[in-house]
Amino acid sequence: MDIFVQQLINGITLGSIYGLIAIGYTMVFGIIGMVNFAHGDVFMVSAFIALIAFLVLTTWIGIGSVTLALFIVLIVAMALTAVLNWGIERLAYRPLRGSFRLAPLISAIGMSIFLSNFIQVAQGPRNKSIPPLLSGEFVLMDGGGYQVTLSYKQIMVWVVTAVLLACFWWVVSRTALGRAQRACEQDQKMAALLGVDVDRTISITFVIGAALAAVAGTMYLMYYGVISFADGFTPGVKAFTAAVLGGIGSLPGAVIGGLLIGLVETLWSAYFSIDYKDVAAFSILAIVLIFLPQGLLGRPEVEKV
Amino acid sequence: MALRAARDAAIWGGVALAVFVPLIGLQAVQDIRGELRLDTRWPLLVVLVAMVVGGSLVNSLLIAPWRERRGRRVPHENAALARAAAAFGRWFPPFAVGFVIVFPFLALWLTGMQGSVKWIDNFGIQILIYVMLGFGLNIVVGLAGLLDLGYVAFYAVGAYAYALLAKEFGFSFFTLLPLAGILAAFWGIILGFPVLRLRGDYLAIVTLAFGEIIRLVLINWVPVTNGYAGISGIPRPTFFGIPFNASDEGFAAVFGLEFSPIYRGIFLYYIILALALLTAFVTVRLRRLPIGRAWEALREDEIACRSLGIDTTTTKLTAFAIGAMFGGFAGSFFAARQGFISPESFTFMESATIVAIVVLGGMGSQIGVAVAAVAMIGGTELLRELDVLKEVFGREFDPTQYRMLLFGFAMVLIMIWKPRGLISSRAPSVFLKERKAVAGSLVKEGHG
Repeated sequence: MDIFVQQLINGITLGSIYGLIAIGYTMVFGIIGMVNFAHGDVFMVSAFIALIAFLVLTTWIGIGSVTLALFIVLIVAMALTAVLNWGIERLAYRPLRGSFRLAPLISAIGMSIFLSNFIQVAQGPRNKSIPPLLSGEFVLMDGGGYQVTLSYKQIMVWVVTAVLLACFWWVVSRTALGRAQRACEQDQKMAALLGVDVDRTISITFVIGAALAAVAGTMYLMYYGVISFADGFTPGVKAFTAAVLGGIGSLPGAVIGGLLIGLVETLWSAYFSIDYKDVAAFSILAIVLIFLPQGLLGRPEVEKV
Repeated sequence: MALRAARDAAIWGGVALAVFVPLIGLQAVQDIRGELRLDTRWPLLVVLVAMVVGGSLVNSLLIAPWRERRGRRVPHENAALARAAAAFGRWFPPFAVGFVIVFPFLALWLTGMQGSVKWIDNFGIQILIYVMLGFGLNIVVGLAGLLDLGYVAFYAVGAYAYALLAKEFGFSFFTLLPLAGILAAFWGIILGFPVLRLRGDYLAIVTLAFGEIIRLVLINWVPVTNGYAGISGIPRPTFFGIPFNASDEGFAAVFGLEFSPIYRGIFLYYIILALALLTAFVTVRLRRLPIGRAWEALREDEIACRSLGIDTTTTKLTAFAIGAMFGGFAGSFFAARQGFISPESFTFMESATIVAIVVLGGMGSQIGVAVAAVAMIGGTELLRELDVLKEVFGREFDPTQYRMLLFGFAMVLIMIWKPRGLISSRAPSVFLKERKAVAGSLVKEGHG
């Protein structure tokens, strides 16, 4: 029981990170029907931006307050990653709009290869680790030598994720921007006829997706304390798995899928074998899709002749 | 227009500045105590931002107007040009096959015994492996229209099947080659079965997941696969029982030649060439059989296909199985050539490279796949050779570092330039009276 609660806490933390990345996949898929393969690498680049912003603040400027430093790092990472993803969309995906379905996919795979190798060349191939931050923890349960703990870092991940998801939810459901976005998702031509600037809306979708990926990247860096150029692929694939699991195109689905994948992964590592945790996550994906092809919350695809 | 160009250049300069200041201008370096500190590289930053601004100006002042002019031009029938293109289309394949057959001797003649190892092994064999993989995947993606992002799984099955069976039981390469193909085809059916109901990107992601699962099993099933360490000392193929080594029974000694590793290289080159040509030939013949026509019908319209009484289950499964079989052949050749395999060789990157070759070449076009493999694999291998760049950028400049960087960028640029792939016409398998090339843009990409 103790172990279960502990793994639940760890799983939700990991799942929040996956959920934040998954939103980027699901939004882009919803609006232009494209699998943005480079999204995992955008997440990795954002973690590097966070790392460097953090180093600038601590070693050059010498900020004392960790909370303030984290806040600034988060803002910088979100802003710069958003700019990067805007550029990627303009360069690699916009010229292919309306082209056949595989072209943007291949372009995205090329972008993904480019980004991870760019970081390898620019920042070096070795793992970068930062000193541990916020190292305290609460002891929730203490029974028979096994303590269930909730660390400050986990609280930070939960709080930041919850706050940003709330902001994001507000943007999508209450603002003109979100309305334009949902309109483009349903029918681009009709939205354009009604005066929605489709290209701009798609750009903003990429920008929001990147900003959320940057939150995930910063949290990942702070939580694990280490990042390397190759760390984009696996979280990226798992987040995509989460998006598909939740029903691709569905925003709450992405978050639920992310949490599920995070939980499956940590529970599997605790009770079965840590080596096969990724196999478990991917098998769940295959099983869910075979029995429920539209995902948990997705709309079933109706095929018209 | 100049104003617009200047505005675009300013925007791109701003984007480049925002991204490059932290990632290029600053570098997180580990010092001796293992702590991170920051180094600055402002001159490099200035050069790169200037390059981005220059690139944007060139694009909006030269390339974009040129593309627009070309797009506006009314396509007119130029009989001479059309005839030339048709003649090229007819004569290029036999010429290309002839060239690859004489290539090892050409390399020997031009660069000598020592120099040609590089050309035959690094270039010839490496490119032909990818040509073969491209042909194999072309059956699944190009003909049947099923997007398979886990093709590397079958390559891995073939490689491990050969490595384990050859080491444990001592079977020869040519006995195991068909066996590895059958095993891979079997896995193609096993992995194909659950995804029969899936379509489009769901199919892509599940095949990707299967590819990753196979790789993770290879990593973790240590008693059989030896995990990350991989399998070494895999027996090499022999020339009718004559090994390629420096001993008295070796190939060179038996034929009275001076020992050189080049003989094995040439032998392996012809094996993979034969395998690639076999794949191409089988594909061409299969397209004319009912099953090949069913694949293409499935790609064009699955519902119409089902309405006409085609069994989509067997059609999809045969596509997966035959595609996987050729992947298995290529895998066992890879294991025999390297003598060492590890899960590192079967990452998603490989699947992505093969899919990229198929799509960049123009899906369904054999020549396109071969041209794309030569361009992408040969091009990146060529970067290893560019010592000239060292003279320009200084001693520490290592062009090989930039191989994959340029590979990724080239994928993006080729897609923007030619979204339907390099070869834009297809040969129809059924025609009325006269065989005419079909424009690639008329060919559907499939639902799966």
